[in-house]
Amino acid sequence: MKDELANRSLPMSDAMMTYPVTIRKVIWENDDTFTLTLDMNGTLGEFSFLPGQFNMLYVYGIGEAAISISSDPSRTGTLDHTIHRVGTVTTALSQKKRGDVIGVRGPYGSSWPLDVAQKRDVCVITGGIGLAPLRPVIYSLLKKRDEYGRIIILYGGRSPLDLLYRVELERWEDAKNVEVLVTVDRGDSSWKGHIGVVTSLLSYIKLDSRNTIAYVCGPEIMMKYTIDELERRGLPLDRVYLSMERNMKCAVGFCGHCQYGPTFICKDGPVFPLPRIRPLLDRKEL
Amino acid sequence: MVIIGFTHFDELLSALRKRDYTVIGPVARDGAIALDVILSASDLPKGCHDEQQPGSYFLRHEEDEAIFGYVVGPQSWKKYLYPPRLKLFSAKREGKGFEIVSDSATPSPKYAFLGVRPCEIGAIKINDSVFDGGQYSDARYVSTRKDACVIAVNCTRPAGNCFCVSMNTGPRATHAFDLALTEICENGTHHFVVDVGSELGQSILEDVTHRQAEKNEIERALDLLSTSAAGMCKSLETEGLPQLLNDNYEHPEWDDVAKRCLACANCTMVCPTCFCSTVDDITDLTGDHAERWRRWDSCFTSDFTKIAGGNIRMSTRTRYRQWMMHKLAHWHDQFGTSGCVGCGRCITWCPVGIDITHEAQHIRETSISTINS
Repeated sequence: MKDELANRSLPMSDAMMTYPVTIRKVIWENDDTFTLTLDMNGTLGEFSFLPGQFNMLYVYGIGEAAISISSDPSRTGTLDHTIHRVGTVTTALSQKKRGDVIGVRGPYGSSWPLDVAQKRDVCVITGGIGLAPLRPVIYSLLKKRDEYGRIIILYGGRSPLDLLYRVELERWEDAKNVEVLVTVDRGDSSWKGHIGVVTSLLSYIKLDSRNTIAYVCGPEIMMKYTIDELERRGLPLDRVYLSMERNMKCAVGFCGHCQYGPTFICKDGPVFPLPRIRPLLDRKEL
Repeated sequence: MVIIGFTHFDELLSALRKRDYTVIGPVARDGAIALDVILSASDLPKGCHDEQQPGSYFLRHEEDEAIFGYVVGPQSWKKYLYPPRLKLFSAKREGKGFEIVSDSATPSPKYAFLGVRPCEIGAIKINDSVFDGGQYSDARYVSTRKDACVIAVNCTRPAGNCFCVSMNTGPRATHAFDLALTEICENGTHHFVVDVGSELGQSILEDVTHRQAEKNEIERALDLLSTSAAGMCKSLETEGLPQLLNDNYEHPEWDDVAKRCLACANCTMVCPTCFCSTVDDITDLTGDHAERWRRWDSCFTSDFTKIAGGNIRMSTRTRYRQWMMHKLAHWHDQFGTSGCVGCGRCITWCPVGIDITHEAQHIRETSISTINS
């Protein structure tokens, strides 16, 4: 994974320096989640990233937050970040408008390995905002559709109105040999889909346990139950990847905040092959 | 080995200043040994001897002339290599955005560290692996460290909480120094037995009055150091320790230590290898100017692990466990060594005297095998 990181765009000596970029578009995905499209033409030069990597976004005078990149890695010139408004920095980000300037540095961290998915089925299992760091994977898979087997996207949200990327979910479903199953914790009068936790969707699909790669991202408890369910279905653990979240201040392994047992989420993660962190998942308050 | 007489010690300081070094060394201040700029040998803590016990530190003044009679104070060299507060950048508001203001380039200081104890050399090597050993480097750390001159001082006696022998870092400096001094202050003799560790050290030595050491002078120094090693008050059994702690993730001792620990963060501030930091963003009253600062943080603070879903480590139990397991277990995975050098500061400066060696030993003696191993 280290070699993949060679595409890092920022000079190492300025690991903590932020670069001003202009917001080109703001899209509200639901009541408290929005997507910022950043214009990357300028100070950062050629910016490239791998699916699953994240940036540190800086609001002038307020602070920084670690946010996954959620756009298509092959798209140049702009970057999307889908952000849940929850703390000081993300609230400040939510008040930004088209034309405003924020700071960005990155990309950081490990990525979802796509090479291991070649010729195999891919099962993307996500809950809530966890779909954001997986969206670059979905774009990448669809771009080279013929190189992969079935693509199964299982997605759980709180309610129909909370679902992210609704238009795209429908578009993905129309793509060749792609199954998209969506469930919500609680429906509304218009909802005719599944209700329940995302793991319940696994009973609606036929998982070829000998030939499937699973990418999992969501709340920790959701990932834990998903892994149990995948194990029960005989999926080898080394074919499962997940993305972890912890507090982060520096993103380069200096600040210590994101430690997760022996790992640093910022540089060893956020995407891990499951065997690397399987024993840690059972440890409370690690 | 050579001898520098105490009366010529000021020449060493002059030789360092001549090479544009800012000399940092020990000073007696507020009842403890602190680190600060040293202008002459008279700034050094003559006749100061520290008495350390769990949760206790006294600086005793004696009539002798020893300037390195103390062992370690609360501060360590990370104060200079990795400052407690450091401005990362300034920015000014511009229309709808901001731009980074490049501060007039302040060259990173060129330090000579005087009185670096062998355990502290171990700590600096650990700092190196944290800030300059991986994918990213901390530019300021790297340049400060690269330019630093290390004048080590061997420990002819251990303090009450020392266990460098267990951690294989002391009491004699064996590498990574420019000069290493063993102070001999007894029976009317006051001189330094000096090891040269680098070309820089050799060149500095040439500016200082010295003579070849007699065989008996070298033997006396080595005797004092082996007596010091034999007299270590504490020990930490390191054999299999990372696995032992991993196997005891749910050991009741974590509950017991949590009843005593105040989560005050003292241990992390005084630890020469603890490196955690946070950032502060500030603006002036107009909002036209903003700054971003890095400052030392501690894994014991209440919001250290805060994410959208809340704090990960909510209890003192889990914070102490994180600190100790990071130091003695996870550090091996992350950096290939223990994170502890046996300086004993965390024991001395803990207000309630929690002793990391006792905690580890207690867990060893009452080890439970857990399913998490």
